[in-house]
Amino acid sequence: MYAVRQWSVRHARGLNSFYRGFESVLVALDPLFRRLGYERLERPVARVEKLVKGLLFDCRMCGQCILSSTGMSCPMNCPKNLRNGPCGGVRANGHCEVRPEMKCVWVEAFAGSARIPAGLEALRTVQVAVDRRLQGRSAWLRAVRERVGAAP
Amino acid sequence: MKFEDEPVPGYPLPILPGHTSPGRFERVLRAGQFAVTTELDPPDSADPEDVYRRARVFDGCVDAINATDGSGANCHMSSMAVCALLTRVGYAPVMQISCRDKNRIAIQGDILGGAAMGVCNVLCLTGDGVQAGDHPQALPVFDLDCMTLLETARTLRDEHRFLSGRKITCAPRVLLGAAENPFAQPLEWRAQRLAKKVAAGAQFIQTQWCYDVPLLRTFMRHVEELGLDGKVFILVGVGPLRSAKSAEWIRAHVPGVHIPDEVIRRMAGAADPAAEGRRLCIDLIQEIRTIKGVHGVHVMAFRQEHTVAEIIERSGVLNGRVPWYPGRDPQTNTSRMAS
Repeated sequence: MYAVRQWSVRHARGLNSFYRGFESVLVALDPLFRRLGYERLERPVARVEKLVKGLLFDCRMCGQCILSSTGMSCPMNCPKNLRNGPCGGVRANGHCEVRPEMKCVWVEAFAGSARIPAGLEALRTVQVAVDRRLQGRSAWLRAVRERVGAAP
Repeated sequence: MKFEDEPVPGYPLPILPGHTSPGRFERVLRAGQFAVTTELDPPDSADPEDVYRRARVFDGCVDAINATDGSGANCHMSSMAVCALLTRVGYAPVMQISCRDKNRIAIQGDILGGAAMGVCNVLCLTGDGVQAGDHPQALPVFDLDCMTLLETARTLRDEHRFLSGRKITCAPRVLLGAAENPFAQPLEWRAQRLAKKVAAGAQFIQTQWCYDVPLLRTFMRHVEELGLDGKVFILVGVGPLRSAKSAEWIRAHVPGVHIPDEVIRRMAGAADPAAEGRRLCIDLIQEIRTIKGVHGVHVMAFRQEHTVAEIIERSGVLNGRVPWYPGRDPQTNTSRMAS
């Protein structure tokens, strides 16, 4: 929902700290996840993730979440799927060239990142090309496996 | 300008130390000359002569010609084909690649193919959304974005491999470019974005139309503060306006084009608006060339391509230099042979 999405950008700082804590909890649960089997968890976790992030960010379940690097403004909501900054078509009022009723997700990302500690620094990282195979999969579980160093 | 190691202009040049391509455009830039590029309006036709006719109007006034890739999301002859025709007779094209219509498999193949045909410059673009063009019902691909496209091209060139990791035996020796719009929101982020593009591999930049020099100056100051001067060649976009009415229309309908009110007023007050548009363009070029960090201009004279030669000539930016074109030096044999 657009209004909630905008709320999330305004509260980027809080959401970011919350996620940091949440991810640490998930990482701590890694041994349990292993016992249950990541593949078995994939579907139920992805379903919850879609529900929560769908509500907060209009999440598109790309499976490789970079919300912490984009000020809690989901770049997959950009009609061009830009994950590295705005295109050259942003309107003078900061709205999207393709969907004029929507604020550019990168104008939002810039505002949101300014609220997150070192957020603007993160915005400068060049994001790699999206792996389309991960579409629909849980980015949370992926982040945990990356953090604990197991094969993703 | 003729290079001494260029016995047959139009053939690939030896790659000098510090250069990445065998092209004349890079030579001109690295020699510190003020470069001029322009855009060829690709024909809605399968006749090669339509391409050559459109290229010939730029003879002697430009260093490279951009072959657009479905610009404005409108369908035309492909960028790849225009480049094939242009390189065949020795022109130096800038092959534009947009992420809108092709995925990473097609794009990497095009970069290899383009380089094989003699393309020395590639401009990596995200591309306009399909809603802007004449096929709004089309599937927008956007598998890569301009940044990952730059990285992809650089990987092919510098690491001699595809994104998949598979080796390529002969890397595409191309100069990599990108676009930037210093005049679109969020303004304070634009120079940062340029820095990101440079980090991703951009070696030259062509900007959106500039009608607001103070805004450009601010942008260029940011560019300098970020330590980007010397790392990237910046060519500022310019173009003649036809009338106050068309300027108003462009401002309202073409995404990302910023035209200040005073420009519209100047156009509205002119007795001969088209001539005033050219005059304005020349004034802008002369002002822009004095800005530190600007290495050239990119003239986009859509549907007014015949005015480019006059604008460049009157602006005096070439300083008497005549960029090569087929037939400039009649004594050299420029006919192409398959070797």
